Amino acid sequence: MLELKNIDFHVPAANGEVNEIIDNLSLRLDTGKFTVITGPNGGGKSTLAKLIMGIEKPTAGRIYLDGQDITDLSIAERAKLGIGYGFQQPPRFKGLTVRRLLSLSHGSELPVDECCTYLTNVGLCSADYLNREVDTSLSGGEVKRIEIATLMARNLRLAIYDEPEAGIDLWSFTMLIKSFRSISQNRHESTIIISHQERIMQLADDIIVLADGKIKEMGPKDEIFPRLINQVNSGCSFRGGKESVKNG
Amino acid sequence: MAEMNKIDRSLLEAVADLHKVPEGAYNIRKNGESLGRSSSANIQIESKTDKPGIDIRVAPGTKNESLHIPVILTESGMHDMVYNDFYIGEDSDVLIVAGCGIHNCGDQTSQHDGIHTFHIGRGARVRYVEKHYGDGDGKGGRVLNPQTVVTMEENSHCEMEMIQIRGVDSTLRDTVATVGAGAKLVLTERLMTHGDQVAESNMTVTLDGKDAVTQVISRSIAKDDSRQVFHPCVIGNAPCRAHVQCDSIIMDHAQISSVPEIRANDSEAQLIHEAAIGKINGDQITKLMTFGMTEEEAEKVIVEGFLQ
Repeated sequence: MLELKNIDFHVPAANGEVNEIIDNLSLRLDTGKFTVITGPNGGGKSTLAKLIMGIEKPTAGRIYLDGQDITDLSIAERAKLGIGYGFQQPPRFKGLTVRRLLSLSHGSELPVDECCTYLTNVGLCSADYLNREVDTSLSGGEVKRIEIATLMARNLRLAIYDEPEAGIDLWSFTMLIKSFRSISQNRHESTIIISHQERIMQLADDIIVLADGKIKEMGPKDEIFPRLINQVNSGCSFRGGKESVKNG
Repeated sequence: MAEMNKIDRSLLEAVADLHKVPEGAYNIRKNGESLGRSSSANIQIESKTDKPGIDIRVAPGTKNESLHIPVILTESGMHDMVYNDFYIGEDSDVLIVAGCGIHNCGDQTSQHDGIHTFHIGRGARVRYVEKHYGDGDGKGGRVLNPQTVVTMEENSHCEMEMIQIRGVDSTLRDTVATVGAGAKLVLTERLMTHGDQVAESNMTVTLDGKDAVTQVISRSIAKDDSRQVFHPCVIGNAPCRAHVQCDSIIMDHAQISSVPEIRANDSEAQLIHEAAIGKINGDQITKLMTFGMTEEEAEKVIVEGFLQ
């Protein structure tokens, strides 16, 4: 179980004031859950993920994993406890092959067939990629899929994927999503996905809507998802809401 | 072969991956003298009569043979200069492993200047690996100034990998190559400097024949207060292709200067150069830390991968 208690993440703003990126946020995620965090851009989603991974440190509040206070633990210590984080924009590494990166993630040299399984699961033809360097010769979508594979190569207590769909074309995204939940649940006890994608939200047990650094809504998918869709449809004239009908 | 001690063996392992007497032809030079030599039926090694060094002749049509010619310096204050000429016969295919290791426990500078001249015959294929390495806890400098001159005839193919990983205080590397029609030269340089080390590398590749191709890849890491200067130059005198890529990681208080030059004297020459210097990206370190590595471990993985 992951528990966040009264988390603040404040940064100084240019005008001398303070930006409250995360504002007194508390939440509890039960083990085994597949949770999607969604909400508008700039609402604090990625920051929240980074706070859980330890990439950012909260200005106030505590974070607990299965009862253990991990607030003061480093990124590496949290990784060793079984937390993993898939970057929204993964870095590239000159000279590191896909196979080496997967092995580093896994913690030991991975046999070829195992690497191939992870790559195939994210829609990459393994024979073409195993010995390629994770450098600028790969497209954004390819790097993103390799990033997902690095998490799939680990047995994690908590896997956090930051917008896994970003940069992946819709055609292959549909393929990826079909297996995403089952693969993730095979490898990870609990999963958090930050996403704007309806299809990903539909995979969730629970949905959290984050805006202005606060939890706006949180609950089972069946409850939250229809409300979200309604809000989008009524708020945007291009979706066929009242305005567009009137003017059309 | 003369007796080898522990230092000799560790230097030979570092520069030539040699754990025992190599198979095939070899010449091992220690402190300016031959420690052991063996020619094979197709690869003849003879001492020069006019100056220090050896002539190596690979018979035409020789296939899948190797030649090891490592040099080690263990005497402080030694200045060794050697001229090695390689005559690679037509249509042969050989691996040449060179390299120099300096162990300096004394206070005087130990220096090795190797001048290697390659004459690569038509259709021949050569893979040349040269590693430079220094150790020993003396205050004396470890200096390596290699010069490499390559002449490639039609349709020959040559891959040269030149590596200096650590322990060399000062190096001035000069590489000059002329590439004939249909021939291809791949020059790879990997360099790491630390402490107060200084490294300068000049490369000039002249593409002289139709469809001559060269690829120059330089990857370097400069740590501490070390300094590096690169000047790769490719000249296209015919319809030819070249790609020069210099990538450096800069750390601490190091300085790197990269001055790639491409010069076309033929309208059908296609020459490209890329050069980049930058520090290790913070996201790369963070990413590896999310795998459970410390910052130091992450940096080591990035550096090793980059120089791989």
